[in-house]
Order: sequence, then structure tokens, then C-alpha cells
Amino acid sequence: MTMLEVSDLRAALGGKPVLNGVSASIGAGEFVGLIGPNGAGKSTFLRAVLGLVPADGQVLVMGKDAATLDAKTQARCVSYLPQEREIAWPITVERLVALGRAPYLPPFAGRSGRDAEAVRQAMRRMDVAAFAQRPATELSGGEKARVLIARALAQDAPLMLADEPTAGLDPEHQITLMRVFSELAGEGGSVVACLHDLGLAARWCSRVILLHDGRVLADGSPAEVLTVERLRKVYNIEARIEQSAEGLLVQPLDLAART
Amino acid sequence: MSENARYVVLLGVLALVTAGLFVLSLSIGPASAGLGASLSALVTGDDGALTLVMREIRLPRAILGLMIGVTLGLSGAVLQGYLRNPLAEPGLLGVSASASLGAVLVIYTGLSVAFPLSLPLAALGGALVAVLLVRAMAGPGGTTLTIILAGIAVTAFAGAMTSLALNLSSNPFAALEIVFWMLGSLTDRSMTHLWLAGPFMLAGWIMLASLARPLDLLTLGEAAARSMGVNMRRVQWLAVGGVAASVGAATAVAGSIGFIGLVVPHILRPLVGSLPSRLLPASALGGAAVLLAADVAVRVLAPGRDLKLGVLTAIVGAPFFLWLVWRTRRQML
Repeated sequence: MTMLEVSDLRAALGGKPVLNGVSASIGAGEFVGLIGPNGAGKSTFLRAVLGLVPADGQVLVMGKDAATLDAKTQARCVSYLPQEREIAWPITVERLVALGRAPYLPPFAGRSGRDAEAVRQAMRRMDVAAFAQRPATELSGGEKARVLIARALAQDAPLMLADEPTAGLDPEHQITLMRVFSELAGEGGSVVACLHDLGLAARWCSRVILLHDGRVLADGSPAEVLTVERLRKVYNIEARIEQSAEGLLVQPLDLAART
Repeated sequence: MSENARYVVLLGVLALVTAGLFVLSLSIGPASAGLGASLSALVTGDDGALTLVMREIRLPRAILGLMIGVTLGLSGAVLQGYLRNPLAEPGLLGVSASASLGAVLVIYTGLSVAFPLSLPLAALGGALVAVLLVRAMAGPGGTTLTIILAGIAVTAFAGAMTSLALNLSSNPFAALEIVFWMLGSLTDRSMTHLWLAGPFMLAGWIMLASLARPLDLLTLGEAAARSMGVNMRRVQWLAVGGVAASVGAATAVAGSIGFIGLVVPHILRPLVGSLPSRLLPASALGGAAVLLAADVAVRVLAPGRDLKLGVLTAIVGAPFFLWLVWRTRRQML
């Protein structure tokens, strides 16, 4: 089943074009790494898919036109982890994660047993249950990031869009997160995550989309997309790429020599 | 005690305190009568003069005190949640200043002498103009920052026009009346004031109360809230419209009363676990309790001198706010 179908998506920020016709079709079970240099349009792509920035082009979420989808229905289909990690008030971690259940709550009703179970599971998956009763604003940056990811997981949507989810996480929790995303895809969901860590993208994603200047430059398996020449051209770096028993390994080495 | 139980107890205590202060407010006034006698005169209506005093003077004053307190506490909590800023207060959108300007213009032109009800009506008109201006300047995709800036601009302009009216006032009595009116008071308000302002305050409360859940989601920022199904345009309309209707009506009958809408949500926030939706009812009750207490205090502290309510709330509220700032700074170090 096609989870997300984007055709000819165009968007401009402050009069400057950021997306110049991006098309992609993402099916159930895919864990897609969205990569590209700063300013390539990765975040804007996610925001345009969600309707958070004005954009031209068509977006189909689970076969339905996103432009006509009502906000609550969309929230049950797509969860989103913004890059900005804002927590305005010192509410407890448990309450914060439970906010993710909002799209399921009928007006003026409290949370049901199913909501409580989803919250518990999300907290366990992101390893934040230990500080469930602490104010979220008092946690360290990486802990906050995990709590916010747990919030998006609690939303229990088949499609998850995550903007730089690994930023600020230690290696253990980076890998935990990659495993969680792989599990979600394995359970029939889809994940699209903006990633700067090419090593993580190569090792864990089932598919990589490389954006450059608001266009799709390459789209396919990590081994197809991540080549030495392409990284030199797009990122201006030299990298070692190696197919090993543990999977594809990508290690950036140095800046490319200017020619 | 679980967090839920603590919350219920807090609301119960606040409701009891508010009810007690409401009765106390009914029992205080220049006409000396015992608490029992005045209440029985109010309910049974068989004590000629005292019944008249209770029903036509003290009852509207107590009810207006209660409603204006709820308005200030609730709208302060909503604006702090909406703008995600603990320094937001009901006057921020320019509603109070514009409502005051409407009232001042009516006093200035002498219309209020010929037609007393023109004063609250003009104040309501001023609040309406302010909200339309703020909405228009913020634009359709209005962010919270443009709302704040527009509110500051409207407040400054309304303040300047009020000063101009004072400046050009050839009648010293009118000028004095303007100054006194602006200080904020509940003295000599009638049932007519209540019927005029009450419906607007009620309508405003309903709009503001419907924001409980969206305000919780806004804790994570606008983008996250929108991705969870919050319609930001609707939230903006309800927040601005609800504050304008309720605070505009409150200012129209009582003048501007500061600090309650700023300080009450601030004090109660830690007691409700900082959750915006839980702060709304607590802050509404807290605002009512504080305003009723202040209105009792002005009558007890200086009987016969007509100490203005807004003066007292500022005298107590400003140092208190300073203490809050000092405490916050200490926590940040």
C-alpha cells in the first residue's frame, strides 16, 4: 500500500524557492532516510507534506488528498517530530507523552485504557519511563529529545515524519531510535526521517532519498544512492564506503579537494 | 495524594474561598447591618430599605466582582498559554486600553451625563475596535509575535488618545472624572451594568474555556500542535475574541484593574502541574477570589474614602510581581 504519494511539490520561503518539484512515493514498510546538505529542502519537504507551509503540488496520505483531509484525521495518519524542541511549561514527562493521544480523544473526555497503554509503550520504547514523573523541562537535551520522540510514537500513526530525530542523542539512543524506526516499518508503518548522519542512514534505512537544491538527486537503496562521487559532488566531502558483513558502512573522511 | 486528587482539592478550596468572599462582600457597606439580617433581607425581601440596598447595590457589586475576577484570571491564563509566555496579561491585546479610551471619550464629550449607559457601551465599542485592529494587523497567518506587537501598538495609541483627551479637557470636573474612572472601581454599579456586561463575559468565557486542549498541545510549539490536529486560526480567533468580549465587558463596567490577570495564573501554575488546561478553571476561581478580596479590602481599609480597586490591586500586585521575578531569577542561577 502507498502510504505517502507526493507529486511535483513546490514551495518557497520568503520568495526564495526551496522545493522545485519533488516527487516521491513511499510505501508501507519503508524506513526512508531523507538526506542532503543544509538548505537542500529536507525540513521544508516534511513541513509541506503536513501542510505547515504553503506549497503547490499534490500530496496523498494513504490515498487521500491531504488538502481536503481534516486536521484530526490527518493527525491519526501522520505523526511529526519538529526540529524545534520546544517545551513551554514544566509538565511531567508522562503528561507530555500523553499529549500525543490528543487526536483520539473525543471532546470533553479523558484518556481511555488504550491511550494509557500507547503512552506506556511509547515511553518504554524510548527508554524514558524512569523519569516519567519529572518535569520535562529539567531533563538534559538528549533526554528531552527522547521524550519528544516518545510523544510522536504515542500518536500511533502509520506514517511518521521526523526532522533530525537523532540530533543530540548519544550513540546508544541513536541506535535505539534507529531500531524503533525499523520496528515501526517492520510492523507495516512507514518512517521518513531527515538525517545528517550518513553512517546511520546507510546502516539502518531501507531507502535513501538525496535532496539537493530542492530536487530529488537520487532515490533508492542506500548502496545505490550513497556513492563516493555523489558525496563529493553534493556534500563536497571525501568518504569511505564499504560493503561489509555488518551492512553498508559510510565514513566521511575529509573535505574534497577543490578542482 | 495523587496529582488528580490534589487538583480536585485545590479547585474545591478555591471555590470555597471564593464563595466565602462573595458572602463577605455582600455583608460590607455603609449601611450597617448584621450578616444574618442583610442576607435574610436579600433572600426574603421583607425588609424595605435593607432589601433595596442588598438587591440594588451590594448584590450587583458582588456578582460583578465575581465575574470580573473570573474574566481576568481566565483570560490571563489563556493568553499565557496561547503566547507561551508567563508575562502575558489580559491588557496585552490592547483591549483594556481601547475600552478605557471609549469610556474616556464619552466622559470627555459630556455624553455620559446625559445618557449614563453610553459609558459602558462606548467602552465595549472601544474593545471591539481594538480586536478588529489587532486581527487585521496580525493577518491571516498571524503568528503569536505579530499579535503581541499589534497589541502593543494598539495599547500605545489608545493611551495616547486618552492623554490627549485629558490634555484638551476644558472642564476640570470631566478631567477628574476621567482619571477616577480609569483607576478602576466597582462602587455604585447597578443591575443594569450587570445585564449589560454579563452576557459578553459569559460568551467570552465559553470561547476561552473551549481552548483547554489546544493550549495543552501548544506546549510543544505551533508546528507540533498543528500536526496533532490543532487549527491555529480557530485558536487565534477564540483567544482574541474571547479576551476581547470578556475583558472588554469587564473594563466597560469597572475600568481597568491590573495585575490580577498576570499574577494569579503565575501563582497557581505550579500547583496544577503547569498543565494549561488545568490552569484555566483554577485561575478563573483564583481571579474571582482575589478580586472579591480586594473589593472587600477597599471598603474595610478606607470606609467613606472611596479607595479605588485598581489602585489597591496595583499597590499589592506590583511588589508581589517583583518578588516573583526575584524568585524566578534565583531559580535560573
